[in-house]
Amino acid sequence: MTAQDAIVAALVLPLVGALGIALAGRVSANLRETVTLVTAGSLAFTVWQLVPVVMEGGRPGVTLAEVLPGIRIAFDVEPLGMLFAALASGLWIVNSVYSIGYMRGNDEANQTRFYVMFAVSLAATMGIAFAGNLFTLFLCYEALTLATYPLVAHKGDEKTVRSARVYLGLLLATSIGLFLPAIIWTYGVAGTGDFTPGGILADKLEGPAVGLLLALFVFGIGKAAVMPVHRWLPAAMVAPTPVSALLHAVAVVKAGVFTVTKVIVYVFGVDHLFGSVGSEWLLYAASFTIIAASVVALRQQNLKRLLAYSTVAQLSYVVMAAAILKPLAEIGAAIHIVAHAFGKITLFFAAGAIYTAAHKTELWQLRGIGRRMPITMTAFTIGAVSMIGVPPTAGFVSKWYIIAGAFEADNYVAAMTIIASTALNAAYFLPIVYMAWFEREPASPPQSHGEAPWPAVLALAVTAFLTLAFFFFNGPVLELERQIVEGIGQ
Amino acid sequence: MSALTSHLPALQVVAPMLMAPFVLLLRGRGLPWAAATAASLLAFAIAIRLTVVVTGGEALAYEMGSWPAPYGIELRVDALAVLVLLVVTGASSAALIGGRESMASILSAEREPYFYAAWLLALAGLAGIVVSADAFNIFVFMEISSLASYVLVAGGPDRRALPATFKYLILGTIGATFYLIGVGLIYMMTGTLNFADMELRIQDVADQRPILAAAGFITVGLALKAAIFPLHVWLPNAYTYAPHVVTAFLAACATKVSLYVLLRFDFFVFQQNLTAHAFQFSAFLMPLAILGILVGSAVAMFERNLKRMLAFSSVAQIGYMMLGASLVTATGLTAATLHMFNHALAKGGLFLAIAAVAMVAAGCRLGDISGLARRMPWTFAALVLAGLSLIGVPGTAGFISKWTLINAALELETGGIALVALILVSSLMAVVYVWRIVEAAYFGQPAETGSGRVPAALVIALWGVAIANVVFGLAPELPLTLSAAAADIMLGHVR
Repeated sequence: MTAQDAIVAALVLPLVGALGIALAGRVSANLRETVTLVTAGSLAFTVWQLVPVVMEGGRPGVTLAEVLPGIRIAFDVEPLGMLFAALASGLWIVNSVYSIGYMRGNDEANQTRFYVMFAVSLAATMGIAFAGNLFTLFLCYEALTLATYPLVAHKGDEKTVRSARVYLGLLLATSIGLFLPAIIWTYGVAGTGDFTPGGILADKLEGPAVGLLLALFVFGIGKAAVMPVHRWLPAAMVAPTPVSALLHAVAVVKAGVFTVTKVIVYVFGVDHLFGSVGSEWLLYAASFTIIAASVVALRQQNLKRLLAYSTVAQLSYVVMAAAILKPLAEIGAAIHIVAHAFGKITLFFAAGAIYTAAHKTELWQLRGIGRRMPITMTAFTIGAVSMIGVPPTAGFVSKWYIIAGAFEADNYVAAMTIIASTALNAAYFLPIVYMAWFEREPASPPQSHGEAPWPAVLALAVTAFLTLAFFFFNGPVLELERQIVEGIGQ
Repeated sequence: MSALTSHLPALQVVAPMLMAPFVLLLRGRGLPWAAATAASLLAFAIAIRLTVVVTGGEALAYEMGSWPAPYGIELRVDALAVLVLLVVTGASSAALIGGRESMASILSAEREPYFYAAWLLALAGLAGIVVSADAFNIFVFMEISSLASYVLVAGGPDRRALPATFKYLILGTIGATFYLIGVGLIYMMTGTLNFADMELRIQDVADQRPILAAAGFITVGLALKAAIFPLHVWLPNAYTYAPHVVTAFLAACATKVSLYVLLRFDFFVFQQNLTAHAFQFSAFLMPLAILGILVGSAVAMFERNLKRMLAFSSVAQIGYMMLGASLVTATGLTAATLHMFNHALAKGGLFLAIAAVAMVAAGCRLGDISGLARRMPWTFAALVLAGLSLIGVPGTAGFISKWTLINAALELETGGIALVALILVSSLMAVVYVWRIVEAAYFGQPAETGSGRVPAALVIALWGVAIANVVFGLAPELPLTLSAAAADIMLGHVR
């Protein structure tokens, strides 16, 4: 299979899988889950085939159609997108294993629809990762919003539908109202929307307009959840936990920050943005989001909502790192996409496992649960430690790069934000860990549960292991992401 | 070219027209519908065949009764005409295929033959307007299609349709009369009714007062029929109270055909012969187009009746077409003709979806569709697709024409940015009113509804149109080439 074929296959495979899942769902649940796992496995296999090609400096691309002169549906693989695609497709396998345990354990309705829409969402995610221009990216971005809506509204009761409305409304309104005008503006000014190393707007857009266009992009890409367009993310927590885990800790939210990073690196151009006045606000907006979201997380009583606000804060790490506009910080942004993904998916898996086994969702209910669910809570602890950024976990690596980038730019606002938020992260995660391991379980009502079903436990053990392993084995990722900063800042 | 192909311009009109009296004789539930659908599909097939021929090269000219052009009636099919023919016959076919049960629920068996005969006459009339190259012939077909569509609009049991039809009839007749007065004045001055002949002969008498008066009468009369703001007052009620399937048919094509005649007359006859006509044309129509876009969208945002909301949206969309045309540039005219095609896809799809919804819901107000999306997931998914196309989201047909229009505006030396801002703002207004439908259907409390079911044929027709919105959004080559060729033809007469 050539690289071009692999790109097309990565886009088509999940869709074919979705069809297969829909058909298999009529036969039996076991067959349906088998099809899901096979699809996930073959997707990861296809995507990972591309990694060596990109590592060696190849940039395979394929143009499917030219809709209008200059507007193409094209997919080009570059290091950032490669990383994102490899991450999302790899974690889909783990997540599918987890889904089997979770969905069966909770006896959820409409499971076939769940697996079908999940596969469609992954197709859209692959499209976002490989998109070669803004137009293609926008198509896949909207497809992802629409495909995840049925997953968020899965339960279908009144409260869920109300939250799903916030989700759909906010994401669609920002993308059509801000993102799309920004894209049209870009095409109008630059004559193209192709992602090009060094950017396409240099010499074409100057002055305060740069800051304005950047604002249209950053707030239009609502999936990046920079305040004040973050409210859809806590709202999305009404979805079943596997959805929160893969989509709202990895695929959807990372699609947002990935897009912001890509726009900064390949549309504006890091050097162009660094030299323009009026674009510094992004760094402050991201810093504010980090601190504010962490403070809000401190006050949460519901575990999943706490994780959601933690995600809002962690996403802005990526945006802030990209906005520092220094090579080390751009690498930090890319690595943080991976590091946060491993940690946060583990935390969500643990939250879902607790819900499945014990039907507990609130923090105060977690007293002493570590003794009943030792594997789950060990994984949770590893995830929490990674969120704080303590070695030897993934979170440390990315924070290290972001701080190094901040000092390289002599940007003490960014450095102080990271330090302050580390303290805040510790303040809301460590009490949970302490409570789970060292406090006594209340005597009434009597508890008798153990661990969640084994697929769920297996999945969260794998991701916890990955969180640790990334601390030691991050060389390939670093090497891959160095390529995007070649030529910056000279 | 085969013998049959050369007769196709005439057959395009004759086939549905001859089928009409035949339908009138048919008795038995469903038979008139079947005959009308067959005739409509035949007309659609002819339109497709004509498209193939025209995209292959030259325009097709046809002499009725073999009388040569200035003396006999000439029919002429070029790129501009086939684009509108595709819209007319396609809309009629989709509405008929999907509309059988919807119409059967409001028509008694003995009235069915009359209704479907009127439908075929409307179709024949609209197609006749498009293929005619003769100013008076256009008037005749305009009357045929108008009278038939009054019957269609008033065809349902809703008695509010009667005053709506009356208003439609009075204003439609005024429009047609104005057109006839204008044609009469030109005939008086030039002695010809054939467009090509008129274009030459009018040079000698250009800028004389009767010709100027004729230009005014024709422009206003056709603007009235095309529902250009502020002459749109007949449209909302007519669309709202007509049977749903009829609305789907007429909303997709009726006003566009009048707009087509307006463009054709103006660019073929007036533009190059009247002093400063291009400027007058722009200066007169552009403000109206802008006002139409803003007012139509604003009213639609606050309207609670779905059909009326979409009718006001049509007023705004006609504004887009006029805006493109009033730029009098190749890109602008391409955008205008392209939007005729793409808007027909979007609006036709939306009204077909409304027809489906009305089979289940108690009515067509926002409150009536509350929470219905859970009962009718397929219908509403198609409605959302067509709605996205109406907004102009990338990946749908609506984006292509709005993008072309934005490019046309950016080509202007002054004021282009303001027009782009206008287009973006009105697109956001479209987001608001489409979202209100989505909000009610997906997030409302499920209302008490009847036990009706949507027939499979309607779902198929609806999805056919919805998919066409996506197909022509991702592969817009066919309408894009046709509309670019149409713009060339129109500008070719100006130079």
